[in-house]
Amino acid sequence: MSAIDINIHSKTYPAIDQVGVHLAIKNLQLSIKSGEFVCLVGPSGSGKTTLLNIIAKLDKDYEGEITVGRYNTQSKIGCIFQNPRLLPWRTVRENIELVLDTSQSLTIVDELLEVMQLTDSQQVYPERLSLGMSRRVSIIRAFAIEPDVLLMDEPFVSLDAPTARQVRELLLKLWHDRPHTVLFVTHDLREAITLADRLIFLSARPMSVVSEIVVTIPRTERHKESVVEIFRQRLLNDYPEIKQLL
Amino acid sequence: MVLLVVWQALASYINSDLLPAPATVATVFWLEFMTGQLPYHLGVTLLRLLVSFFIAMLLGCAIGIALGRNKKMDAFFDNWLVISLNVPALVTIILCYVWFGLIESAAILAVVVNKLPNVIVTIREGTRRLDQDLLEMASSFNFSKHKMLLHVIWPQLHPFVMGATRSGLALIWKIILVVELLGRSNGMGYQLHLFFQLFDVASILAYTIAFVAVIQLIEVMILKPLDKKSMRWRR
Repeated sequence: MSAIDINIHSKTYPAIDQVGVHLAIKNLQLSIKSGEFVCLVGPSGSGKTTLLNIIAKLDKDYEGEITVGRYNTQSKIGCIFQNPRLLPWRTVRENIELVLDTSQSLTIVDELLEVMQLTDSQQVYPERLSLGMSRRVSIIRAFAIEPDVLLMDEPFVSLDAPTARQVRELLLKLWHDRPHTVLFVTHDLREAITLADRLIFLSARPMSVVSEIVVTIPRTERHKESVVEIFRQRLLNDYPEIKQLL
Repeated sequence: MVLLVVWQALASYINSDLLPAPATVATVFWLEFMTGQLPYHLGVTLLRLLVSFFIAMLLGCAIGIALGRNKKMDAFFDNWLVISLNVPALVTIILCYVWFGLIESAAILAVVVNKLPNVIVTIREGTRRLDQDLLEMASSFNFSKHKMLLHVIWPQLHPFVMGATRSGLALIWKIILVVELLGRSNGMGYQLHLFFQLFDVASILAYTIAFVAVIQLIEVMILKPLDKKSMRWRR
């Protein structure tokens, strides 16, 4: 059973000079299994964010079909953006509670704050948070709605290495406790290998799939940098076409 | 305080009815206050100010947000807005009185028409500057219209609304005096006109001071606390 079926014939942008169009995505077919953690890897500017916006139904101006979840059922989609996009006039806790349905219980907020080690900062306004903390809040916010599908757009970019590793581990812990489909965009191959079940390499625009690779390292071995590094080297040797995408 | 000293010095130097000393003005103020004349006329004017202010702000916010969010509508009404911004206040007042008669609603309408374009322009500017990232975030989480307006759009418009409020109060009370002077038989404008005909500078100053005091009170009691509340999240 697939959680997401993507079949985009084309997605275009009007060119800056108003004459002609830019082709952002061309003939992109993807199918993501339910509960799968998939990393989309591709050069920056290739249209990965555009793709996520289309899946999140923020962008409806394209040709093709997207199915999220079984048909006729409304799937909940949680978004984690490149920037945390917190409302600065609401505290950490208020930011999270705002996205919940009125029927949802608030205990999940406490649990998530606990896991992400933000219980002490829940009454703080976002401008006083460090970037790493803001990122964690935005992850909690997406998890709090208990989504069927989670879309993450380079959520760890511009974090320093130790902080990024810490937040990555916390993310995996959350995902392990509450399994759901994840689509994770990155251009960092090491990060992708650490996180994903499957890697999908995307070309520069117009974007299409170059190759799909299943990560065979067991999850218990992923925290070892040497293991990840060996897998990465092997990938680059076996699939020379992905080198230019990194 | 400095103003008071300079005023006293100047008044005793000139020694004329055209610039009465602070003490004289205070006496007049007290007498007018005790007879109930000043509170009555001040109250009438404040009521008009309140009514026309809220009508103008509500309409202005609604239209401003609509124009800021809708490019086609904005392009269509832009010229109208510029024209209405630049019609002299006196012209709209006279026209309102001529068309609708010397009645209360005509007076209120004249004030609202004068203030409205200002509010629209300010709020439209604010709406254009809404953070697209936050709007996208809100719609990705399926915020209801109500949630979106209250928690995402309104906090961003708040500084613009406060700006419109401050400049609005100042503008409206100046226009109201003219409206009252031309076509009403009570209110500050009517009284000032009366004192002008009598060359009663002391009374004019007494009324002015009363009004300035009220405006100061509004600023300190209502606007400043609102500002403070909306700033609490800033670093």
